[in-house]
Amino acid sequence: MIEIICFIGIGGFFGAISRYWVSQQLGKLNVKLPIATFVVNIVGSFLLGLIIGSHLSERITVLFGTGFMGAFTTFSTFKLDIIKLLDKKEQKVAILYIVMTYILGICSAWIGLLIGNYFTQ
Amino acid sequence: MVYFYVGIAGTVGALLRYAVSLPFVHSDTLFPYGTLIVNLIGCYVLALVTRLFHEKVQWNRTYQIAITTGLVGSFTTFSTFSVEVIQLMELHHYLLSFLYVCISLFGGLACSYLGYYKSLKSGDCK
Repeated sequence: MIEIICFIGIGGFFGAISRYWVSQQLGKLNVKLPIATFVVNIVGSFLLGLIIGSHLSERITVLFGTGFMGAFTTFSTFKLDIIKLLDKKEQKVAILYIVMTYILGICSAWIGLLIGNYFTQ
Repeated sequence: MVYFYVGIAGTVGALLRYAVSLPFVHSDTLFPYGTLIVNLIGCYVLALVTRLFHEKVQWNRTYQIAITTGLVGSFTTFSTFSVEVIQLMELHHYLLSFLYVCISLFGGLACSYLGYYKSLKSGDCK
């Protein structure tokens, strides 16, 4: 139990830092779409799918999956960005952002799971 | 130094997420209540805290980023949500999967909206 807690904590530490780093790099781009949150959520969904699909040991899954990918991706910022877009009367961008995140996020998790399953069979 | 604070807050956020989802891991239910609850609570809290920092509380910018991006950002998760949607579909629970997407979509927006607009009394905001 203590080991699991340590792995999740370490994963969360680096996951959060990585997300902040991506947001610092992509935040400079002048686009209406919150591109940094979008990128981390799509990439993170793919990688978590890959981790889960590969059926790795519990420790590795908890460290890289629950800890790192769980912290690297974010749901609350995604939703708050939509509320802020709607506040600025950017309805079209908000709807595009919602549709793209949900469809591409779920599809990339699916592709990750398939690839993971393929290599462990 | 901001990176370090974000990391520490991220550790706390990830552990809190694990603590909240723990009671549901060994329950018989297929529906991912743990992730859903974490995400909905996080949406409300992030919107509320962002508004508070914007309107009322003049905190050090580093602490603000640690709380919002680090703590609440790591508490909620999108990757687990995506994988759970696919896992429900693989078990042929299409309706449950669809329901999960809808509740997270509209419930999350509602929680963010409440946190952003309704949490502070009308006189509190500019």
